[in-house]
Amino acid sequence: MRHILLILRFIGYIACSIACFSSSVYADNLAVDMAFLTEKMSHPAALSNLDPVLSDAGVQGAILATKDNNTTGMFTGHHYELKRVDVLVGEDVVSEFNQLVADGYQYVVADVQTVTLKKLSVIAKANNVLLFNVSSTDGELRNESCSTNTFHIIPSDEMKADALAQLMLKKRWTKWFLVKGTDHEDLRFTKAIKRSAARFGIKLVEEKTWSFDHDARRTAQAEIPVFTQGADYDVMLVADVKGLFGEYLTMNTWRPRPVIGTQGLVPTAWHRTHERWGAVQMQNRFYKQAGRWMNDIDYSAWLAVRAIGEAVTRSNSVQLDDVKKFMLSDQFSLAGFKGVKLTFRQWNQQLRQPILLAMPRAIVSVLPHKEFLHPRTYLDTLGYDEPESTCRL
Amino acid sequence: MNKYIVILLMFFSTLSVADTLYITLEKDNALAIVDGESGKLLKTVPLGQRPRGLAFSKDQAYLYVAASDDDTIQILDAVTLKVVGHLPSGDDPELFKIHPNGLWLYVSNEDDNKVTVIDLQKKTAIAEIAVGVEPEGIAISQDGQWVVNTSETTNMVHWIDPQEQQVKENTLVDPRPRAAEFSVDGQWLFVSSEIAGSLSRIDVSSKQVSAKLHFKVAGVNDELIQPVGVLAHPNNELLFVALGPANRVAVVDIKTMTVKKYLLVGQRVWNLAFSPDMKRLYTTNGASNDISIIDVDKLKVTKSVRVGHYPWGIAVKAESGDSSSAGSMKLKPAKP
Repeated sequence: MRHILLILRFIGYIACSIACFSSSVYADNLAVDMAFLTEKMSHPAALSNLDPVLSDAGVQGAILATKDNNTTGMFTGHHYELKRVDVLVGEDVVSEFNQLVADGYQYVVADVQTVTLKKLSVIAKANNVLLFNVSSTDGELRNESCSTNTFHIIPSDEMKADALAQLMLKKRWTKWFLVKGTDHEDLRFTKAIKRSAARFGIKLVEEKTWSFDHDARRTAQAEIPVFTQGADYDVMLVADVKGLFGEYLTMNTWRPRPVIGTQGLVPTAWHRTHERWGAVQMQNRFYKQAGRWMNDIDYSAWLAVRAIGEAVTRSNSVQLDDVKKFMLSDQFSLAGFKGVKLTFRQWNQQLRQPILLAMPRAIVSVLPHKEFLHPRTYLDTLGYDEPESTCRL
Repeated sequence: MNKYIVILLMFFSTLSVADTLYITLEKDNALAIVDGESGKLLKTVPLGQRPRGLAFSKDQAYLYVAASDDDTIQILDAVTLKVVGHLPSGDDPELFKIHPNGLWLYVSNEDDNKVTVIDLQKKTAIAEIAVGVEPEGIAISQDGQWVVNTSETTNMVHWIDPQEQQVKENTLVDPRPRAAEFSVDGQWLFVSSEIAGSLSRIDVSSKQVSAKLHFKVAGVNDELIQPVGVLAHPNNELLFVALGPANRVAVVDIKTMTVKKYLLVGQRVWNLAFSPDMKRLYTTNGASNDISIIDVDKLKVTKSVRVGHYPWGIAVKAESGDSSSAGSMKLKPAKP
């Protein structure tokens, strides 16, 4: 077992001694201990070596948010610490989580698989721990497997698929050719895509499974034109979550059509080209710290830790019950560089947020557009709405 | 006879003080110069990269412009509009204000979580003040006693004592505070919160929020109501608040904290400034590339003028050369 402990001690104490003269309305020196738990996964052989495999995805966002919280803490007398725990492939995440619970950690940000999160949610509920899901996009966690102490920060597959469908509907590109991979994540994304297509009146005119297992770099030019023949369509929708073949569809299709989905135009929580609504400052701060661009898990981890900070600051309490109650109240709102306030859906504790639709070097659009109406907030046109949700908290 | 009176009245009604508007164009890296009365674009002058905040020196001899992507504040000769120097603003300067003593310039450095104080005579930084994450708006009370800074991610107003150049108090406000503005009598501080869609009125003596206003515009999604620029009318009764992508300027009664009227202007309205005679209010509208001109007495939008790409900050100079200038960076008109 390799157990990485990274205790982040910031200048909080020193700074506090400078600034605490002003913190009369705040209880001095309230400490908030948080943990970031990563379940390491085995990576499939990559299609290309373009993107490095990250060893610090997510935790960098949590570190940055801890710093940000501590800057606020200078003025409020609150102090935040983050403990990092990496669980290697094949090791037991549950026992590590139990150890955190035993050590008194009540706020755990989790970058783990769906199956693991389900197990941790049960323990979290039993031990009065708040769990923040920053990586699993599985709709099941927001429905039948939801849990009262689990908050979902990262957008679900359904939220992403709805964003894609909304833009396609606006563009009237409503005939889709679906190409899907074979692993369970591809099938899950496919399910979300089909749900969105039905919701927004989009027709799947063709559906094919990519099961070729040779190196796409050598054969894309020859195979893909043949593979993509069939009924006429407006856009090709690809479901290839791990990136095993999707990148090679663009410009190799039989018909001259754009590619969207997991490659081409992608729905995402964050993107390196996003710069509106103050996002430039966030990009700069993150890059300076991590030496790379922020991804969806980093962004979600940043939001999770900031949500804790915001609730602690506003409720002026580190008690879990107060923090949770505040997060779910109407008073809670989080600024996430997306031009609107981010809040939690009370029925499944998913963070409401706009979705970016991005090409590799540009943001194409930010969804939902305000024309998609909803009685509560237009953000609820993405993902499982209250009447559709099977979550019962 | 009546005819002559009408002509005479017309003559007087047009006899307002001539003024010139200086508008930074964020995406054109340029300064647009517009005649305030006719609304005519006179010329465009090149500036540094991503120009945003701007203000005249107290004697109106110089125009300071924050060139955010060049990490500097450019000093322009107010007559020739040529760059004559630079100020060490720190990284990514955006908004700044000049203390009533005419000597200290306060600028927020978004990337570094600090406010830099620059001595305008020596052109050196004399203090760096640690504040919250992503400092943004700056306001200075007319008596010069308080400098306040808002921090967008920390969600606070930091009260800086300019004698010691230190933070003395902090006030927690709604998410993503942007602009701050003191009432002309110095009793209140107004702070706009972009994400919460609200305006807080803070009692300057207690530093506590005494009233809060949530904007509502019929037919506009709450999410699009994002208050940014705030400007106080010298009559100490009205406050004008730019609502960003709601494309409205709210006219607020500061006593009751209620909205008297919403004025439809251009898209993503950002910063505001008065004409020196208080007859007109100007707004910069980033997304529609224009400015709107509002008749302050009638509270009516009279004109919009295309000025260039992404108009951001605005400063106004009276042609008579009196000391009033306005805008996000303005110096207040002298008290009567």
